[in-house]
Amino acid sequence: MSDHMILRVVGKFLIPYIMLFGLYVQFHGDFGPGGGFQAGVIFASAFVIHTLLFGVRATQKIAPEWVLRLVASAGVLLYAGVGVASLMLGANFLDYDVLGAYPVAGQHLGIILVEAGVGLTVASVIMLMFFTFAARGEPEGESP
Amino acid sequence: MDILQILSAVLLGLGAILGVVGAIGILRFPDFYTRMHASGITDTLCTGFFIGGLMLQFGMTLASVKLLLIFMFMLFTCPTATHALAKAARHGKLKPWTRADADAGLSNEGRVS
Repeated sequence: MSDHMILRVVGKFLIPYIMLFGLYVQFHGDFGPGGGFQAGVIFASAFVIHTLLFGVRATQKIAPEWVLRLVASAGVLLYAGVGVASLMLGANFLDYDVLGAYPVAGQHLGIILVEAGVGLTVASVIMLMFFTFAARGEPEGESP
Repeated sequence: MDILQILSAVLLGLGAILGVVGAIGILRFPDFYTRMHASGITDTLCTGFFIGGLMLQFGMTLASVKLLLIFMFMLFTCPTATHALAKAARHGKLKPWTRADADAGLSNEGRVS
């Protein structure tokens, strides 16, 4: 494994920028092409590259499975929570207009929160799926 | 015609020529390593020419900065991807097709030593 020097150096160099681009796509979703799903996939791909270069064990130290499960559920909770919050404020489910002081502010806040939920869930679920397949061949697997 | 437009057209044309040369190389060269030689070498410069030409079109705008960032990304990833491919082929013990193989009548299909 130690002879993957070039790949590791370039990969280490690229991973932060891939994450940054993921966040850019996430928060640029209001103004241009982008959004939670794409951002989640890009963000997860940084972890996939890390796995390919350093092995499943090393990546699972950074992103343990229980954290990913927690984040995946938290994303869904955030998405549904926005909907329930608008229900509580007397509008339809996921009707953003009532979330802010005036409709446009409410729509802005609502879409950012919903997209954040989508991004969190997509990123962690893709990582979970990848780990499930990647850890299959590992001999010293601790969990089934 | 503006000098920038001419320069931009020249750069885009050079990029297109390089891209076509790389594609012809992939189609015409006999085995994996030579094909990779054709595409891996032309790819980065092809991207560079294209992005240079497009940056001349856009001038000093945010789009140019984004193009420059894309170019930096390609500059690092294209050679690395070629390196990874070659490494994988070597790891899989794919033998390069040599003139001796051709004279011996061996085909250029992938052979594992």
